[in-house]
Order: sequence, then C-alpha cells, then structure tokens
Amino acid sequence: MAGLEDLYREIILDHYRSPRNRGELPTPPAQRVEGFNPLCGDEVVLFVDLHDGTVADIKVSGQGCSISQSSGSMMTAAVKGKSVAEARALIRRFKGLMSIHEQALGGEADQLDEDGADGAGADDPDVKLGDLEALQGVVKFPVRIKCATLSWNTLTQALDEAPA
Amino acid sequence: MTAVEAGRKAATPLDVARVQADFPILARRVHGQRLVYLDSAASSQKPRAVLDAMARFYETSNANIHRGTYQLAVESTEAYEAARRAVARFVGAPDPRGLVFTKNVTEAINLVAASWGGANLKAGDAVVLTEVEHHANLVPWLMLKDKLGIELRFVPMGEDYTLDLTHLDRLLDGAKLMAFTAMSNVLGTLTPIRRITDAAHAAGALVLVDGAQLVPHVPTDIAALDVDFFGFTGHKMCGPTGIGAMWARPELLEAMPPFLGGGEMIRDVRLDGFTTAEVPTKFEAGTMPFAEAVGLHAAVEYLGALGMDAVREHEVSLTAYALRALKERHGDDITIYGPSEPAMRGGALSFTYKGIHPHDVSQVLDQKGICVRAGHHCAKPLLRRLGVGATTRASFYVYNDESDVDALVEGLSDADDLFSL
Repeated sequence: MAGLEDLYREIILDHYRSPRNRGELPTPPAQRVEGFNPLCGDEVVLFVDLHDGTVADIKVSGQGCSISQSSGSMMTAAVKGKSVAEARALIRRFKGLMSIHEQALGGEADQLDEDGADGAGADDPDVKLGDLEALQGVVKFPVRIKCATLSWNTLTQALDEAPA
Repeated sequence: MTAVEAGRKAATPLDVARVQADFPILARRVHGQRLVYLDSAASSQKPRAVLDAMARFYETSNANIHRGTYQLAVESTEAYEAARRAVARFVGAPDPRGLVFTKNVTEAINLVAASWGGANLKAGDAVVLTEVEHHANLVPWLMLKDKLGIELRFVPMGEDYTLDLTHLDRLLDGAKLMAFTAMSNVLGTLTPIRRITDAAHAAGALVLVDGAQLVPHVPTDIAALDVDFFGFTGHKMCGPTGIGAMWARPELLEAMPPFLGGGEMIRDVRLDGFTTAEVPTKFEAGTMPFAEAVGLHAAVEYLGALGMDAVREHEVSLTAYALRALKERHGDDITIYGPSEPAMRGGALSFTYKGIHPHDVSQVLDQKGICVRAGHHCAKPLLRRLGVGATTRASFYVYNDESDVDALVEGLSDADDLFSL
C-alpha cells in the first residue's frame, strides 16, 4: 500500500512551502498561458519569456494543491535558462514518468501521444530529472497525476503557441 | 406547536447502530482503517434492502416494461408503476401522473429547459436563478440563453450564506420562471421554498426546484410547497444510480413538447409523423431503468420506515455536534462556509483549513479511511463568490454518528502536522 510519505516527499513539501519563480512577468515580452484542472478547480498561470530559442525567464502563479504547486515550482527551476529544445525534452521525460498510469486512466492518452511522451525522449537517460524524481510517487495515487502534469501541459501549450 | 410539529417531536429517534448494520459497505476497511463515509451529498451508500430488491427483481421478474403480454413483463411493468406511485407518495406529489422518471436531476432539469423552455421562452424572456446553484441548474439555462437569447437574473447570496431575498420581487418582475436549489450542495443552506414560490407565482412566474439535496434528508411535501417542477435523484437517497425524477404539474407536462424521442413515448408513428403517449410516458423515451426504479422503490420504503422526521432530527443534531467540535478543536484555523445555525441547514459542511489545499486535506483523511469531497462541488460561480478555488466538504447521512465527526476532527490535525509551514 502506498503511504502518504510516497506522495509528500520532503523536497515536494519544500517547493510547496517555498515556491520558486512565483509571480508574474510583463506581457509582452512574456506570454501568459493558463491551465485548468476542471476536476478540482486548480489553475496555473504561466508567464514564459522566450528569447533566442531559450526560456529566458519563467514565472508561475495561480492556485492549487501541494502537488500541482510544487510540480510547477520544480518545473520553472528546471527549465529556466534552458533552450526550448531542452525544455521540450524535459517535458517528454517528465510526462514519460507520469504516463503509464495516466494512460490507464484513459483521459490524457491523446495528449501524451501529441507530446511524444511515449516516443523518443521519454526514457532518454541524458535528460536529467533531478529533484523532479521526487514526484515519481504521484503515480501511486492515480487521481493526483493530473495535479502533477498541469503546469507541464501548460508549458507545452506556451511553447506551441510561441511566435516562431 | 402545531399538531404536526407535536407529532414530529414524538418520532422515534434514529437507532444509528441498527442503521449502520443495514449498509454492507460500512463493514469494509480502507487502508486498514474503519470506513468513515462523509460524502453522501455526492452519493449515498445503499442499504441491503435496496441491493436485495434489485437482485430479487433480476432473479425473478426481469423483462422489458410496457411491451410483452407474458407474465414476467406484466410483473415488471407493475413493479415499475408501483415504484412511480411509491416515489410520488414519498415526496408528497399531488398526482403520480406528474412523476417522470429520468436518469438523474441533471436530466430532469434539462428536460424542463429543453421542452418547457424551448416552447415557452423567447429572446428577452427572463429566468431567475440564484448564485448558489449547482451547475445542473445553471448550464441548461446558460445553454438556453445561448440558443434563444433569454435573460438570466440571479438572486445573490447574503453575508450569512443564506439567499438575499431583499430584491426578490424586482428580480421576478416580468420573469417567466424561477429555478432554485432547495438546499445548497456546498453551503448546506435550506431555501425558504414556499416563500419564494409564493412570490414567483404572484409575479406570474412558474417555479422549478432542484431537490437533489433536500429529498434524501428532509421530509418533502411537494403539494404543500406548491411548486410547478420538482427534480430529485435516486442515488443520493439510498437508491441506485441511473434513476431520478422530475415531478411536474400534469397539465404542464401535457402542454409541453416531448424531450427525447424514441420507443415508449409514442402513441403512433408513421413515416411522416408521430403522436405522443399520455403523460408521464410521453417523457420516458427508450427502455427506462426499470430495475433501478425497483431499487428506488425499496429506498423510499427504507427511508419511510426510518421516518424522515427522525432522519432530519438526527442530521440536525449531528451537524450541530460537528460545527461545535470542529470549532472547539480548530478555532480560527477552520473556515466553514454555511449557516452556523443547524436548523437553517442540512448536513453538507464545506470548509477550508489553514490554507491547506482541499486535495491535500482529503488525501490525508483518506489514509484514515475518511471519505470527503474536495473541489468546487460543481458550483464554480458560488466558489468564486466565496473567494476560494476549492473547499473540502464533509456531508452526513443516516449511517453517520459522532465517532465519524471525531475522526474528521482528528484527521485535520494530521493534515496540519504534514503541511504546516
């Protein structure tokens, strides 16, 4: 049986209590993209400033549970300063981590295929997850996976919508 | 005290231990813990009597209704119509012909919006709702607004979590329909149904009541309430999923066009047209959930035997205990969204606790076998009005007792231990 300690690792609680890159960025130059989890009312607002193919700056606001908030916080810390290609690779890798159960739940399979989470990159050992590994325990709590992936799906949307 | 009130006071109090023994699911353990089910406002558990009635029906009388002339079909049809009469009686419906079985209250309200609304409303006509409605009593009207251009007006919620009826007459001026919940699924607030109904009728508007949260918990007498449409759902009142009802004045149903078309609801069909069956069958297209109707019949008999006055008394006293226990232990750390006076409310208790997200609260409670709802409770406009994205909701029913409340009170401290900053 999965215990609460599998879900609420110390590093997750740390990001929840002291979220990184919390706030807003002026738009433009940053893009503002909203993500919703209609199931629970969680919402994430991402401000992404893309510059020369790089995530020059990123901020996150909105409201949600410890999992969605900490996942968003960890994500901003992980992609800030990275190239868009590196950010996309990290999204694929993270969603790969979350994918098996998500597909079993039925809801997000299409989105996963679109993101290529099951394709190239999902298991790429060169893409380091670092602290994000702590979120692995979420897959033992299937209804919470959408909390963990909310900000990542929102980032995908931001990258897709970015002017070429 | 009137004679009726005196009679109610004399009702046999609920023997909760005996009631608990009637619900097989309460014997299971979750995460090694006793099951503490506090989510009956979402869906109630089912007593053995309901499960047995449905199994017995499938084992002995199962056949499609209103079709065959053979013995099983006769028994099945009679069981379905007996369920209609029993359910109508349970809610005090003046005439069982007005009781249309539906999938749930959502379908019941959609039936009225599409059929009555489609035939009687035009651009600019006003429908009055309230700020506290469940999406089931919002979205069908928003759909009609998009389709026909009707105007929607909203009775606001006051600071004490009751409806602010100060400007009711102005809101009702020229309106065609007033549609509102009998009891908020978030706040627990009971609506003064008769007062609003009288005001609406005086203004020439019809009245629709969403009784989803009322019928399972409070003695309901549709005739005394004098409403025109009254919807409710089976699975929140010890019955199975897949069956609910819309009671409407038969003369309204007779004048309304059919909702869904198909088998059963017709008198005759030719290749160039059709005529409809008599009410209520006119609104019951396709094979209806007749086994579920048998289950709902058993559910209203079960609740009737407990006595709805006793059910209500039990819930008022348990809600009073919960409000007191939560405040005593958690003080200002807990914010309860709903009336503080138990007599003004039902046993659906929404709260936020120490800024901990309801998902996290409910996850911690789950480890202790405690089932609560976390989220927006299908009432997003109300949650926005309350200024919160989500709440945790504990809701009580006939099988809950003070030990369940104690488990909740204790469980919140566990959430505090884990998430305190």
